[in-house]
Amino acid sequence: MTASETLLEVKDLKMHFPYGGGFLSGKKGFIYAVDGISFQLKQGETLGLVGESGCGKSTTARAIAQLHRPTSGEVLLHGKDLAKLKDKDLIAARKNMQMVFQDPYASLNPRMTAGDIIAEPMRIYNGHNILSLSRQEMEERVEQLMERVGLSRFFKNRFPHEFSGGQRQRIGIARALALRPELVLCDEPVSALDVSIQAQILNLFKDLQEEFGLTYLFIAHDLAVIKYISTRVAVMYLGTIVEIARSADLYRNPQHPYTQALLSAVPIPDPKVERGRKRIILTGDVPSPDKIRVGCPFYDRCWKRMDHCKLSKPPIKEAEPGHQVTCFL
Amino acid sequence: MAMTEDTILQVKDLRTYFNTDEGIVKAVDGVSFDLHKGETLGIVGESGSGKSVTNLSVINMIPSPPGRIAGGEILYHGKDMLKMSKHEIRQIRGNKIAMIFQDPMTSLNPFLRISTQMIETIVLHQKLDKKAAREKAIEMLKLAGIPAPEKRIDQYPHQFSGGMRQRVMIAMGLSCNPEILIADEPTSALDVTIQAQILDLMKGLTERLGTAVILITHSLGVVAGTCDTLCVMYAGRFVERGPTDLIFDSPMHPYTQGLIRSVPRLDREDDERLSSIRGQPPNVIDLPDCCPFYPRCDQAMDICKKKYPKWKNLDNGRTVGCWLYSEDK
Repeated sequence: MTASETLLEVKDLKMHFPYGGGFLSGKKGFIYAVDGISFQLKQGETLGLVGESGCGKSTTARAIAQLHRPTSGEVLLHGKDLAKLKDKDLIAARKNMQMVFQDPYASLNPRMTAGDIIAEPMRIYNGHNILSLSRQEMEERVEQLMERVGLSRFFKNRFPHEFSGGQRQRIGIARALALRPELVLCDEPVSALDVSIQAQILNLFKDLQEEFGLTYLFIAHDLAVIKYISTRVAVMYLGTIVEIARSADLYRNPQHPYTQALLSAVPIPDPKVERGRKRIILTGDVPSPDKIRVGCPFYDRCWKRMDHCKLSKPPIKEAEPGHQVTCFL
Repeated sequence: MAMTEDTILQVKDLRTYFNTDEGIVKAVDGVSFDLHKGETLGIVGESGSGKSVTNLSVINMIPSPPGRIAGGEILYHGKDMLKMSKHEIRQIRGNKIAMIFQDPMTSLNPFLRISTQMIETIVLHQKLDKKAAREKAIEMLKLAGIPAPEKRIDQYPHQFSGGMRQRVMIAMGLSCNPEILIADEPTSALDVTIQAQILDLMKGLTERLGTAVILITHSLGVVAGTCDTLCVMYAGRFVERGPTDLIFDSPMHPYTQGLIRSVPRLDREDDERLSSIRGQPPNVIDLPDCCPFYPRCDQAMDICKKKYPKWKNLDNGRTVGCWLYSEDK
């Protein structure tokens, strides 16, 4: 496989959740959590997905993994559309795609030992006759994985509550790697951790990527974390991608007013730099995604808005090669 | 530390312990600091380092049992708050020393209108009748940047967004013109763009009203932009204290050095590898009388395992608790 081969392609992905219409609530409608996003992910790269709470980052990852069946759109993994696969074929395809979740407390079963948690994916695939690993092979792989992610193999029989937050996240990572996937979807894997531990885990992600040639879709709300880990970055707002570019280009030359405001809002841990910076303070809050918008989704909060932004959806423009912005400017 | 004219609060060797089944948790173990008029003091540290307990002790809100203040003094204008009667403390708390907490949803009563909650505080502490108090409340909400405060004051907390609720908390906290505002992770639950709004608001208002602020946070970025003085906390003690600029410029304690190096930064090149602090923070139950950081420290010496380092005062207003800077070993 060449380094530049496309591993995952998402085409006009939409995920709408219905709400209301029950016995008591009169109103019926949809939450437009993800509203038409498209991107490609090449073998071996890391695409960072950033945005504020409720912009649809996690829903995107879940829709790609088919944890939510998307409302419409295509999710092509090696050219095969996952959204159209039957459950049985989907299980086989998912072997290539694993997830690491945000909360290392909620994503591990408290009644299973660390070893069982890491072995579970292998056991499931054994059960589906996709893998045929012997008990000893599984045991060996679990121990290898534990050592690789920085846990002693002697912790195999311990339960999640005996580990700290950082260690639990290591278990979650080992579990995701157990099936030797090509693509790992990381949903805010470091945001629940303290800074000193966060740095350890970020470095672990980088090392593992190099060693196993992994491809990441890495979700975080912290722009500095995304900058550190990503080769390309997509900025999301209200269910759409407003800007996507190579990491260096995006941070050097942000085009969309939202990206510019977001970058200016991130505090930099250096008082001298911090004092000299100009902030673009956005007014208002992120609006609720329960309406169909005719114009630009960012219109209400934009500091560079023009009249026609309200009336029609902005086009996707290429600011420089590989740097796309969805804005009239 | 000499008591000067404009010192409002002086905390001396504060110790707060919690009795648990597993032993005594020394959450705060010998913390000292001064707060001057109009000063913004930052306390940074990782989860469980004792930041919040320090400040709950200051306002006498440690749940007891299991907690108790085992020693030290908290001098408010030279008077020890630990020796005051409940009545006297109530005169100060919420009036002269106000608080803002991390989660604005749990610190507002969901059953009461904003007006009821704000007027209650104002009537209790200031000699105003209800009508005047309501006017004062509306004025404060306006200062805090809430649109149409005359209408919104009669709404319930759930009708406000996260950022707006934090604005209400700030308005409420500042409504009695306190001398000290204690803000415990005021922006940690908020998105970056909202965080920028709230920090901006807090800074503007406290500067205008001449309020001193104790800001507790885990984010070095937030501290860099807002605080004059900085205290770094680890395992229940301060490891370093001094002017913010100097600490960021030349951190002295190995923990501070590691902490600053392990934060990913927007203004740094991507290919630089993050350095992390190995290991994890200690459990504060039955800590031996040694430096709690030595198992993670790169510069640990023999003495670090035997005795806790003494505080070393340097002439430029800095203090550090590390054997590296202490002559009498």
